[in-house]
Amino acid sequence: MARIRWTAERKRNAWVRTIYGCYYGLFVIFIFGPMIAMFILSFNARKGGLFFPMRGFSLHWWYQLIKPSAVGDMQGAMLRSIILALIVMVITALFATMLAMAFRKKFFGSGVLFYTIMTGIMVPGILLSLGLSQLLDVVGLSPAWWFSGLGVHVIWTLPFGFLVMMAVFNRFDASLEEAARDMGADEWTVFKEVTLPLITPGVVAAGLFGFTLSYDEFARTTLLAGAYNTLPLDISAAMSVRIRPTLFALGTASTVFSLSMIGLFLIVYTFLYRRTH
Amino acid sequence: MERTVLPPHPGLIGSEAIAPEFIQEDQLKKFRPGFSAAWLVAPSAIWLVLFLVLPLIFIVVISFWNYSLSGMVPGFTLEHYVEYFTSSIYSRTLLTTLRYTFTTMVFCLLLAYPIAYFLAMVVKTYKWQMSLFLVCMVPFWTSYLIRAIAWVPMLGRRGLLNNVMIDFGIIEKPATFLLFSEFALTMALVQLYVVLCIGPMFFSLAKIDKAIIEAARDMGASSLQIFRQIILPLSLPGVAIGMIFIFVMIMGEFATAVVVGGGKFSVVGTLINQYAATANYPRAAVNAIFLMIGMMIGVVFIMKLVDIRKQL
Repeated sequence: MARIRWTAERKRNAWVRTIYGCYYGLFVIFIFGPMIAMFILSFNARKGGLFFPMRGFSLHWWYQLIKPSAVGDMQGAMLRSIILALIVMVITALFATMLAMAFRKKFFGSGVLFYTIMTGIMVPGILLSLGLSQLLDVVGLSPAWWFSGLGVHVIWTLPFGFLVMMAVFNRFDASLEEAARDMGADEWTVFKEVTLPLITPGVVAAGLFGFTLSYDEFARTTLLAGAYNTLPLDISAAMSVRIRPTLFALGTASTVFSLSMIGLFLIVYTFLYRRTH
Repeated sequence: MERTVLPPHPGLIGSEAIAPEFIQEDQLKKFRPGFSAAWLVAPSAIWLVLFLVLPLIFIVVISFWNYSLSGMVPGFTLEHYVEYFTSSIYSRTLLTTLRYTFTTMVFCLLLAYPIAYFLAMVVKTYKWQMSLFLVCMVPFWTSYLIRAIAWVPMLGRRGLLNNVMIDFGIIEKPATFLLFSEFALTMALVQLYVVLCIGPMFFSLAKIDKAIIEAARDMGASSLQIFRQIILPLSLPGVAIGMIFIFVMIMGEFATAVVVGGGKFSVVGTLINQYAATANYPRAAVNAIFLMIGMMIGVVFIMKLVDIRKQL
């Protein structure tokens, strides 16, 4: 086995890599540090407060979270948030796929449509909330999380899903569809048998954007959830009263849930990707 | 007798076989494969009009309406616009918002660019690139409200940062400037939004053809020259997109200002929220309109600096 010869360039490269590696490590600590501190503090003892040092270890704040009466309707809010996120996920994946398929060809108004979709990322959530809530008020409809909430959530998630699907179709080999058509398949058969299996990983990715972005969305729902709150709204309400370690426990639970959704997605994605490539 | 004009014979030099128009149109219809664009687009278009375009138009409409304590009354008045320009609160708030947005953008750029560079240029294998990139993207998929709350145990009077600084002897008494200050707000905003600009920067850096860099190196260019003349210009579109993301997100942001700023800070987002909460919708709408105008100017300015279309 040949020994590594430490030429000047090799040495320099090793140094560069180490320095960048350290910097990356510090960066990761910076973006995850506060959250990890919050996780740890959620296990603080009953007497312990919001700050370090820990006064001991307990599940008191977690129990407070699970106990039905303590924090209003947290469980209901979480359930609503999950249901809403699931609906948003399906609609985002569906709409994003349809839009990206339409954008494979030039059509009338495609430029305007493209910028309108992208406006969904740009517009501050509070603006949409304000505009739509007043519009509904004038028309005489009352807002609800499954109606107006759903509406603005899709506006927020659609651009992300759309960009994912555009990227998918950019690398898509259209000759496969041509071949199927030449062999006499009609449009539906082509889509079902050729296109869809190939783009499934992308559709799943678009759906993931829909789910996680909707599940955590707060500003867009502020004036539009109606009588029943979603989870971020409940968190914000609890927060404005007083920040207690129960919120840390809730934050931990919610983050763990988000992370497990991403984990689940990665498993599904790699499975689908391996099958199609 | 009229002679029918025949199309030039196909195959002759300089001639094109032009089929009569009716055939072309027919063929186009027949051979344009795929579903019809209209049907694919219709559901999304209706959704966008109902939940995006109409609400935005309506904000402009109600900004002209009369406001009294009993509620809004349809009408036409410029009162709220006049007030916006005569009272200094609003323009001051907009300027504050712009200032800390700009500071945050600078910090995000300085922090994120080396990370994107590291991922795209220093890390060699695709697998490692993607996994390290995904680690950076994880916070994007978690609740930013909760991440904002997570700053409380760090920055408070008895927070971790104060403890560490006292332990190291940097300060003697706990500093009170940490939580509820512009410093805290900026730091929290950087931490919350920095991941947004890593993606675009990383993609534009990864797209740079390594052969160009090799060629420059072979011809004797120094690392600094390579960076300044090749890597930096080619990655600028990604930088611009990342900056636009951060700019629009932070301009309209208000939750962080409430949690970390402790309500001490008046930013445009909180101002709109306050007016909306007290049902003073016309005033909220006027502020919203000027926020949008400010955002548009900012985005156009960034796009003027860098030609983003190169990236797309």
